[in-house]
Amino acid sequence: MQKYSALSLVRHALSGHKNWRPAWHKASPKEGYDAIVIGGGGHGLATAYYLAKQHNIEKVAVLERGWIGGGNTGRNTTAVRSNYFWPESVALYDLSLRLYEGLSRELNFNVMLSQRGMLIAAHTPMQMEICNRIANAMQLNGVDGELMTAEQAEKVVPLVNQSAGARYKCMGGIWQGRAGVARHDAVAWGYARAASSLGVDIIENCEVLNLIIEGGAVTGVETNLGTLKTERIGIAAAGATPGLVQQVGCDLPIHTYALQAFVSEPVKPCLDTVLLYLGTGTYLSQSDKGEMVIGGGLDRVPTHGQRGNLPAQETVLSGMLEMFPAFGQLKLLRQWAGVVDVVPDSSPVIGPVGPEGLFINCGWGTGGFKAIPAGGYLLAHLLATGDHHEISRPFDLDRFTKGRLIDEAAGSGIAH
Amino acid sequence: MQLFRCPFCGLRNETEFLFAVEAGHPRPEPAESVSDEEWARYLYLHKAPKGHAREIWLHVTCGEYFVLDRNTITREVLSSEALPGIET
Repeated sequence: MQKYSALSLVRHALSGHKNWRPAWHKASPKEGYDAIVIGGGGHGLATAYYLAKQHNIEKVAVLERGWIGGGNTGRNTTAVRSNYFWPESVALYDLSLRLYEGLSRELNFNVMLSQRGMLIAAHTPMQMEICNRIANAMQLNGVDGELMTAEQAEKVVPLVNQSAGARYKCMGGIWQGRAGVARHDAVAWGYARAASSLGVDIIENCEVLNLIIEGGAVTGVETNLGTLKTERIGIAAAGATPGLVQQVGCDLPIHTYALQAFVSEPVKPCLDTVLLYLGTGTYLSQSDKGEMVIGGGLDRVPTHGQRGNLPAQETVLSGMLEMFPAFGQLKLLRQWAGVVDVVPDSSPVIGPVGPEGLFINCGWGTGGFKAIPAGGYLLAHLLATGDHHEISRPFDLDRFTKGRLIDEAAGSGIAH
Repeated sequence: MQLFRCPFCGLRNETEFLFAVEAGHPRPEPAESVSDEEWARYLYLHKAPKGHAREIWLHVTCGEYFVLDRNTITREVLSSEALPGIET
């Protein structure tokens, strides 16, 4: 792996930028692997990286149906945060945020993490009480969360609509200073580059057709590029996960919905934080290029098609206009949708499923990007040891039989 | 804006409808002999089919549940019918 540094930039500039090598190696499949990861998004690539780095399992393949980072990893609104309610969730998402904080250095790849803070804005005394409860829960769980007053909030987001006729005036809310945004593609590419340099095979255009099970245990996968042998499979395929595990007779508590996002034309800096309005469900941040990156709630129709529908667009954009009337002048550059895997308690499913040697990491719903480092770290732990890390144990599929749901939708009262 | 057909009211705006559950998901009976696994399966586990799906939807404005046949990739609606035994 070529190490990236200021010095390497200068050296390559002097030689006319003719000697850069590809960041990662495009591999073709070998006959067998110690572990196979299905899905070359952020979670899959991170899984492969941590398998090689933490557990010294380097004979690993990442199988990606399209191109790496081309699914939800490349379709999200790039927010990272750990402002959750339940101790289990905070442990999980803060592990992720802590890994993000060291990621650029660890991977020698700038993921452009910008911890510009996030405000969840409330509009009624009742919502402020809920915010107070969540801020208290966050502090008890050992992460940085604080209640913000209306005056403090106005300094953070001076452009929000505080006019006399505003339907949702900002009364303050929850502030997490360590939250922020990161460059989504760079996270996938950085993990791919680091994994590839440790010997992981990243295989694109490789679709898994069948999981091969013999005697109740995984023995390989059948793909469009041939059959690969392995005794351990990790699936990190978001909305494609239910279809894969149904082949081995397992159903999951997952519905798939489209989640839309929007980007405006670039403008000068005017919003230097991430803002979510509880009243409208719309959230936004400004990218380094100056575009407004806008997201909101799910479409209401279950779908596998990567496109959004008009009612959800109207809800999200009218919400934004209520928050920032000045943005009515902006033109939208792009609109897109990803297919997200939604679980009834809005928490992920991490753990073994079905035959021996098969593990899944899915159900992140609308919040998968922020969880990439933790999802990879925990799935790698499962693949390497066959058992849960203490942080992933509560998220096992068995919580639905035991009734121990981790209900973040009700717990934190915010859109995921 | 997509239109769905309610078997009772005809074509209506998609925002009037709510997805309820995948069809063919009967409640296990009798309750006292249902295991935790069966109950969890009934409450939580789905197929999330890619392509043709048969689902129960609620038309919120008239309050009737009905069966909707859809394609979950293209969003095309194939047919809608009343639940078995219900006259439209």
